[in-house]
Amino acid sequence: MGDNTIIELKHISKKFGDEVVLDDISLNIKDKEFITFLGPSGCGKTTMLRIIAGFLEADDGQVIFEGKDIGNLPPHKRQVNTIFQRYQLFPHLNVYENIAFGLRNRRMKEKDIAAKVEEMLSLVNLKGFQRRDIASLSGGQQQRVAIARALAVDPRVLLLDEPLAALDLKLRKDMQVELKNIQKRLGITFVFVTHDQQEALSMSDTVVVMDGGKIQQIGTPLDIYNEPKNAFVADFIGESNILDGVMLDDFKAKFSGAVFQCLDKGFAVNESVDIVIRPEDVDIVPVEKGEITGLVTSNTFKGIHFEMIVDIQNFKWMIQTTDYYPVGSRIGIEIEPDAIHVMKKSAYSGMFGDYSSFSDEIEHLSDIEEEED
Amino acid sequence: MTKNTALKKVISAPYLVWAALFIIVPLIFVVYYSLVDAGGSFSLEYIKSIGRYKDIMLNSIWLGFVATIICLVIAYPLAYIMARSTKNVQRTMMMLVMLPMWMNLLIRTYSLMILLQDTGILNSVFTFLHLPVRHMINTRAAVVLGMVYNYIPYMILPLYSIMVKIDYGLVEAAQDLGASRFSVLRKIILPLTAPGIASGFTMVFVPSVSTFYISKKLGGSTFSLIGDIIEMQFKSANNYNLGAALSLILMVLILLCMAIMNRFTGDDDDGGVLI
Repeated sequence: MGDNTIIELKHISKKFGDEVVLDDISLNIKDKEFITFLGPSGCGKTTMLRIIAGFLEADDGQVIFEGKDIGNLPPHKRQVNTIFQRYQLFPHLNVYENIAFGLRNRRMKEKDIAAKVEEMLSLVNLKGFQRRDIASLSGGQQQRVAIARALAVDPRVLLLDEPLAALDLKLRKDMQVELKNIQKRLGITFVFVTHDQQEALSMSDTVVVMDGGKIQQIGTPLDIYNEPKNAFVADFIGESNILDGVMLDDFKAKFSGAVFQCLDKGFAVNESVDIVIRPEDVDIVPVEKGEITGLVTSNTFKGIHFEMIVDIQNFKWMIQTTDYYPVGSRIGIEIEPDAIHVMKKSAYSGMFGDYSSFSDEIEHLSDIEEEED
Repeated sequence: MTKNTALKKVISAPYLVWAALFIIVPLIFVVYYSLVDAGGSFSLEYIKSIGRYKDIMLNSIWLGFVATIICLVIAYPLAYIMARSTKNVQRTMMMLVMLPMWMNLLIRTYSLMILLQDTGILNSVFTFLHLPVRHMINTRAAVVLGMVYNYIPYMILPLYSIMVKIDYGLVEAAQDLGASRFSVLRKIILPLTAPGIASGFTMVFVPSVSTFYISKKLGGSTFSLIGDIIEMQFKSANNYNLGAALSLILMVLILLCMAIMNRFTGDDDDGGVLI
């Protein structure tokens, strides 16, 4: 355990009935870092947050806050505060009283309370909103009041449970920047829960990718994107072509019927592996120069690039390019060694990374489902 | 716009006719009778005679108040537990609360009488257990018990219907901000349920204060409530003027009590929660 660890989760397990929601989770959260639990709905990320907040008790394992086990402490005695997905502002109190709520519980003097509320309102750009009714605020303003209310009590750790999910896209982007700024300015540890990978990558110092109640990978956003540990992470973060391959030797991978130079080593000779290639990392060359060739089966204009689905030996790749290749044309493909990422086989192998059934519409539908939970 | 208001008028017509016939007109009669003497000329004689019934009136209000508070104390936690239960448990408990209301009030009161009599069921059980026989019927406590027993559903229903709408996340948010269980109750649950308390209070207090049957059966001849006196004026004494005067004064007193009550529960703007 490092010196600057503020929260340590040790072997946390949780079941709802027969369903295992968290399966032996261990994790260190560093002081002042912005850490994000990222995963699809039902992966256990919110449950983990609620265990840290004290709304749920783990079946097994310990929650350690600055060296002390707080597993049995009720929520109101913990030095963590939560921003809820639906804000949970008190409807019978005005903005001032909502923000003052936590301060009154600490029996602060009215003069100090007024000063603190003022300070918090200016922090979230809502100066002069003291007397406003909660019901008269827009969603974005309610969100800001929720942030001010939680930060007013000077928490050591702020837990954020999909706080931006209810906002529209433009507002969400603005709030991402603002939250990140607030976190840097106040030097508070933020534990953020989201299913939105773009949000996680752009805001976090550390991302914890979760699925099926287990941590799939912990790392910086760059690590997670460039060095995914398994097919699940590769698929969940950004777009990936995930291919079946064989490591012939160190730095030598065989897939799609060709042998490629790569930067990965340490695998057994002829070990079966998963190969990840990001759609933007594929170089398109004339057919005769390509290491492999493929047939363009669809092409969609996306603004900054074209997104093509290319059939290479009956495996559908997604390739992003700034040049236009019509549907039905053959292209040659070259892949730089540093664009190839080799992963050990896992339980997720073969489940993701093929774009044969891909369409924008399906992608959209699954987004909506996730936001509903 | 005009079409809309015309339609509204048509739709509300049946109730307006109803209200005029069965609420406004009788009220006018009550006011009229209370302000004239037996000969039909204007007189404040009956209104002034209220002094003789002061004790009975205060007693009625006091017993009604005690019964209402007991109902509130029993119903509040029950309604809270109901609102936090699973849908199936909620349905079952709601059924149990409603069940007595399907029986006639007279029958319910009669059965309570049989239970409490000196030779009644409870005392038989006491005798069987070699406990001393207790005198329970014809006491103030028996009357209050009758009121609580008969009217408690009217307290549970409005409380339940408002509690079931409170998002439990608010409780978590309050705990998260350092509120203990007691603070959560005082600062969140109580203020949010105040409209339910107000309407439950009204629905129990008003019938309790003006009841005559419960006091007659469970209070016996030892004492009467104002409802008994009023009933007597219309039924046996044939003194409509005094009956009307007492009714009018009771009405004013109840309105006063409600006004005081609403001050404590805040503005009763969405109080009429009962369907």
